[in-house]
Amino acid sequence: MSASRSAKVRWHYLAALLPAGLFALLAVSLPATAAHQVLRWEIDWVPALGVDLALRLDGLSMLFGLVITAAGAIISVYSGAYLGPHRYAGRYQVLLQSFMLAMLGLVMADNLILLFVFWELTTFTSFLLIGFTHDQSEARESARQALFVTGAGGLAMLAGFVLIGRVAGTYSLTELLSRGDILRQTPLYPAIFILVLAGAFTKSAQFPFHFWLPNAMTAPTPISAFLHSATMVKAGIYLLARLHPVLSGPPAWTITLTSFGALTALTGALLAFGQTDMKRILAYTTLMALGMLTLFLGGTHTAALVAALTFFLVHALYKSALFLVVGILDHETGTRRLDAVRGLARAMPGTAAAAAAAAMSMAGFPLFFGFIGKEIMYDGALSMDFMPGSVTLVAVSANTLMTAVAGILLVRPFLGKPPQGQVPVHEAAAALFAGPLLLGGTGILFGIIPWWVARWLVQPAVHALGHDGPPLAAHLFHGWNMPLLLSIVTLSVGVLCYVGRSVITRFLRRWLAACPLTGDAVYQGALQGVQWSGRLPTGLLQNGSLHRYLFIVMATFVGLGIWRLAAGGQPPIWGGIPSLAYREWLLVGLEAVAVAAVVVTQKRLVAISSLGVVGAGLALIFLMFGAPDVALTQLLVETLTVIIVAVVLLRLPDLQSRECGDRPVRIVDGLLALAAGTVVAVMLLNATTPPLDRDVTAYYEQYSLLAAHGRNIVNVILVDFRALDTLGEITVVALAGLAAFALIRRERHRKGGQKWEP
Amino acid sequence: MESVLAILVGVMVAGSVYLILGRNLIRFIFGLVLASNAVNLLLFTGGRLTHSRPPLIAEGASTPVGPVANALPQALMLTAIVIGFALLVFIFVLFYRAYQEIGTVDTEFMRLAEPPDAVTPGPTCPIEPKEV
Amino acid sequence: MGTLILKAATRLLVGLILVFSVYLLFRGHQSPGGGFAGALVAGTAFALFAISEGAAACRRALRIDPRLLTAAGLLTALAAGITAVVANKPFLTGLWWGWGHGAEAHVIIGTPVIFDIGVYLTVLGTILTLVLALEEEA
Repeated sequence: MSASRSAKVRWHYLAALLPAGLFALLAVSLPATAAHQVLRWEIDWVPALGVDLALRLDGLSMLFGLVITAAGAIISVYSGAYLGPHRYAGRYQVLLQSFMLAMLGLVMADNLILLFVFWELTTFTSFLLIGFTHDQSEARESARQALFVTGAGGLAMLAGFVLIGRVAGTYSLTELLSRGDILRQTPLYPAIFILVLAGAFTKSAQFPFHFWLPNAMTAPTPISAFLHSATMVKAGIYLLARLHPVLSGPPAWTITLTSFGALTALTGALLAFGQTDMKRILAYTTLMALGMLTLFLGGTHTAALVAALTFFLVHALYKSALFLVVGILDHETGTRRLDAVRGLARAMPGTAAAAAAAAMSMAGFPLFFGFIGKEIMYDGALSMDFMPGSVTLVAVSANTLMTAVAGILLVRPFLGKPPQGQVPVHEAAAALFAGPLLLGGTGILFGIIPWWVARWLVQPAVHALGHDGPPLAAHLFHGWNMPLLLSIVTLSVGVLCYVGRSVITRFLRRWLAACPLTGDAVYQGALQGVQWSGRLPTGLLQNGSLHRYLFIVMATFVGLGIWRLAAGGQPPIWGGIPSLAYREWLLVGLEAVAVAAVVVTQKRLVAISSLGVVGAGLALIFLMFGAPDVALTQLLVETLTVIIVAVVLLRLPDLQSRECGDRPVRIVDGLLALAAGTVVAVMLLNATTPPLDRDVTAYYEQYSLLAAHGRNIVNVILVDFRALDTLGEITVVALAGLAAFALIRRERHRKGGQKWEP
Repeated sequence: MESVLAILVGVMVAGSVYLILGRNLIRFIFGLVLASNAVNLLLFTGGRLTHSRPPLIAEGASTPVGPVANALPQALMLTAIVIGFALLVFIFVLFYRAYQEIGTVDTEFMRLAEPPDAVTPGPTCPIEPKEV
Repeated sequence: MGTLILKAATRLLVGLILVFSVYLLFRGHQSPGGGFAGALVAGTAFALFAISEGAAACRRALRIDPRLLTAAGLLTALAAGITAVVANKPFLTGLWWGWGHGAEAHVIIGTPVIFDIGVYLTVLGTILTLVLALEEEA
């Protein structure tokens, strides 16, 4: 047991080699992207549609790719210890690695359609990951919600991409980025803008689609750390950044992104206060971060973009670390409630250190990377095109609240004295706290050497967005300027908010209770609306009565046929009564009588023999008009049908002497049947009147002997000219036979004593 | 001749639709047989009729001499007949099994998958499940 | 149904019908007939045999499971198609072996004939599968 247990855990560590290897591969290319090179790799996929399997690696892709692979490696290791010998550990790792690859593909795709494919792959794998604990209905519900919201957005985005493709004439990002203003000048810009934004906003949980992200916290904590802090929710941000060079600029872009970003940031920051579940707190602060990123991408100045990309890195580092810390607390204490545990720092020094590093970065203390991020953020806010004053105010407020939340997360669980009676807690396994410690440590390292980060990571990414600007002056101390002043304000007000947190919380809860409409409620209402609107026609059309279904099908056919004939404006073509030999009249008359007999008879044997007459009569007609092959086949099939019918049909009850169903219904059925017959007859009359184009037949006649060595043209068509059709047809025959055989044998098993449940 | 056969096709279609709309599985099968025959005849008529020889190339010639019947619809029909037969047998067996399980051939009472809210055999339509 | 007259007639007829079915199959490329018709004729012969002598006797006479016939038929047809692929031609292209060209060609065997044999076996296998299963179920 213990051997297999450790083997299973070790297997997780092996899985971490994949993201770690990819990280190393990316890191090797770091000098190239830092030198503003774009690495491309492509093979044709659907060349007819302009869809290639093309990847590109520039500064922006590099920044996102490094975060994805680094977080992927850390979380793979962490998951091994977190999950232990879980029953579905294998499935978990496969999904995790698939998601990681899809995410990496997304940020490296050089083709919009390919990007969409990866986008949907992340939606799909994240659906499975959020719903990993599928035995809980809450997890299933959240997974579905995330799937619906982000899936719907993804489809809107695809529509936007198709419009872009139509306007720009290419799906290639590289080409698109070289086309300059083409998208900004098209009258389709508003449509493209809204559709692409729908994708980005749903994926990155922007207001009013923000509700799915906190709900998605039902996922296992390492999944949340990966998907909902560092990677998936950043896909929308990536999309906005990627298309920034070709879409940004018009007021619609600036105003929409700035205002929705600000709204999301403030909503997230405020709602974070009202929570007691530490994981939900983190989810709401993630909303705040996503809002700030969107806000800054609304800007067009270099400073705003630098702020967005730097904060992306800052946030990825501290937020995934904090998620992992919460996961450790959950793992070791069994609760994520904020007020459940106290003073764990002594018992869990490693975890506490990681939490401290991450939280201090989040709060933005000097020496931490978060401090640099905050400085750059204020620099960017002051440079915004749209209401820089308000943006700065939003940034300061959001950051202030973040500082307070960071304090809550760090101080409450870790500092102070453990209360009497608290169950003793042990330090987590090294594999658990090593990851967050590494992330937190990186935060400190980057805080000390910000110029390195700027030179190798941020600057190339900003260059990829088409902004060169002067080299960033990312240093610890810029002198006494506005951003520094704002940082000081943030820190001090943040500490005040932390002290007065109970007041804010109480106020917020009252305010929330008064809020009439939440996104979640709208979503639930929409879901119910869809179900209701589905039930309505289903109840009408699909009531379980075969008669109703068939009647609708037939009536539709008749309706469409009459419409077509009427729209053609052509009266039925009737060339007068043809002169036929008496045997032909006799044959056709016999057929009609036999058909009538099948319809009216109450006796099975009469019906079967009348059907036989119909079939044999047809064979005669075929023979008369030069189709001996068909006539032969028709006769043989008739014979076999009689044999089968004799075996099966006679075991079914006789036709009821009285018709089932009401008489009026049968009269309506009869009228519909007559209409159907008339429509078919008129169509056939009209179709056979103009001379036939015999090109295809002429070809077969020409080459049947010369090319295919056969004098029977029908057979040559079957086995040579159109052999693929015949191959498909005999496959259908074989399958129908096997299916019928299975049905018969199932009955035999049941008779043999085995019970068959319908 | 095409016009007469067109009307015959119409008659067959009308008969098959009426049978298919009946609530009896056995009549349904009859309707199906009629329908497939009607479609075959429709294809044949659509390819035009000639009182001429079958599409065979005579000994000593390399292409058909004089007009021959249209080979293309014949090839289509030939496979259609065989497929129709295979599917017909499948449906036979399916209905037979359904009858054994449910004990009726009235489609209004074959509602295992979509149970009606309240359907009971009415007095006008006696359903007598047969012991097999 | 095993009356004496039927049994006697069946024994006489079945062999003849089967020979006729193979004849139909192989003349199909030049005259009316072919795989479909041949298989239906053969199926009728076996059905007759099954009705008069019983399904078990029919299975014994057949020696192999009719489902194997179906599978063999599909594989034969597929093999006829793949032969062309091996010869670097599109799937199911007809290949012929013999001498001469055009109308004077004297061909001995070609993949379309093999394909038709596949059709024959598939259809025959399907009919036998059904007839025998239904007969045994009765």
